Amino acid sequence: MTSRAPRRSIRARRARSAAMVALTVVAALLATLPLVLILGLLLKQGASSLNWAFFTAMPKPVGETGGGMANALAGTLMLIAIASAIGLPVGIGAGMYLAEHRGGRLASVVRFLSDVLNGLPSIVVGIFAWQFLVRPVKHFSALAGGIALAAMMIPLVARATEEMIRLVPNSLREAALALGYPRWRTSLTVVLRTALPGIVTGALVAVARIAGETAPLLFTAFGNQFWSTSLTQPISALPLQIFSYAISPYEEWHSLAWAGALVLLALVLVISLIARYVTRSRFGHGHD
Amino acid sequence: MATTEPQVLATDVAATAVAAPAANALISVRALDAFFGATRAVRDVNLDFLEGQVTAIIGPSGCGKSTLLRCLNRMHETVTTARVEGEVRLDGKDIYERSVNPIEVRRRIGMVFQRPTPFPTMSVRDNVTAGFRAAGRAAPSRAEQHAIAEWALHRAALWAEVKDRLNDSAMALSGGQQQRLCIARALATKPRVLLLDEPTASLDPLSTQKIEELVYELRGDVTVVIVTHNMQQAARVSDRTAFMLLGDLVEVAPTSRMFTSPSDERTEAYITGRFG
Repeated sequence: MTSRAPRRSIRARRARSAAMVALTVVAALLATLPLVLILGLLLKQGASSLNWAFFTAMPKPVGETGGGMANALAGTLMLIAIASAIGLPVGIGAGMYLAEHRGGRLASVVRFLSDVLNGLPSIVVGIFAWQFLVRPVKHFSALAGGIALAAMMIPLVARATEEMIRLVPNSLREAALALGYPRWRTSLTVVLRTALPGIVTGALVAVARIAGETAPLLFTAFGNQFWSTSLTQPISALPLQIFSYAISPYEEWHSLAWAGALVLLALVLVISLIARYVTRSRFGHGHD
Repeated sequence: MATTEPQVLATDVAATAVAAPAANALISVRALDAFFGATRAVRDVNLDFLEGQVTAIIGPSGCGKSTLLRCLNRMHETVTTARVEGEVRLDGKDIYERSVNPIEVRRRIGMVFQRPTPFPTMSVRDNVTAGFRAAGRAAPSRAEQHAIAEWALHRAALWAEVKDRLNDSAMALSGGQQQRLCIARALATKPRVLLLDEPTASLDPLSTQKIEELVYELRGDVTVVIVTHNMQQAARVSDRTAFMLLGDLVEVAPTSRMFTSPSDERTEAYITGRFG
């Protein structure tokens, strides 16, 4: 009697444990399911339209077969470049300030506001950019699009930079100061350099995030059927092109939109992979 | 505040009575108070550090020994709310004078901390020359850097172990090697004073022994101040020992006398293990 009761309870506990583990495994699979399904669908629908011409050719008028998204691809890369040129220095600088003056009043205000900005719907960022960058000059432009994307990037980069700099032990800062390093040199050559792999990862995650943004571009970069690299002219972008092709009534354009979506996903995947690699190589050298 | 004033005056008078620094003092501390916010961590310390000698500062945890050490190269003030009052004369000149640049002070006084702090992004060689490179206006040549690194690593008794690994990451060294690397880095700028803040607290006995031998080797050329909670270590490496308690300097004497016949009963209680 006394020996059976505990054995049964152990069996019951094991069964409960197995059930719970199974539930979490199902949840974990469900979490990755959307990506797998999207990837599968995009490959099925888009791969057939994906050829060399897609990357090199310009869009063709309705009715003509073939054509590609060379302008949209170039436009996306250019918008990313503009956004990074503005967003990375400002974001990293802000992150350094937040980390070095963590207790200050200004720092906590900036930290709070950047969290709010981070959660702001991207369409709101787009409308804001339209009001201040498009309306006064009366035309859409690549620059306005880039700035709108930069506004989305800055809080991401700032918080990532802050977290990474905080991970640098204070003892390293002290060691540099005790060697007679001025504060600026301590921040740049010791603290920032030690945190650099993490900051690069944060920056790449931010780039991946904005690469596919559509809403901030709707009222700023606007889209362009022609080749353009001008900062002051409307410019095409992959998400915009996908949007306009997908809502068009033409079968030809639909498959191009699928291919565009596949390329966009591949771009984000590659950036994420680079980010992973950079993070890993941080721990690659030596041990302690 | 007003109530403490007469007391401060009284100690000032006492300080002037003993103020004349010893003839061979390289650093003389006078009426030194160190604060964290409103807390006074070091109280009215008067102490000479003699040139070429090793001085140990001992005392229980929280007695202010590390704080006193950090006042000697103006590292104390790098902590927010920290503040120093009083004088620290290096070669007769007060390092807390308005015209003195703390960065210059720290370049002339080396410091090594409780845990090894090699810069993780730099190679062994670049770690050693880091302070040296920061001090000069023009970038030193590679040959010059190598010569300095070799010299400093020899001084720190590390050359034989790392001479084939100068381009490796400093993080690949063992803890004891990393600490000697930090000593080499501090020595590379040829400071006259080396401050050691419990340099062996995180090391194994063998590494500890190597550091102690090194400190013994350095005496004569460099004036060493070592903070330690380990009384045996103080007895082994130092010429003079200072005992601190609750922010006060209780007693300072030649090490042999300190450990055989201390003049203050609190010192005797501490070194015989009755508290702390």
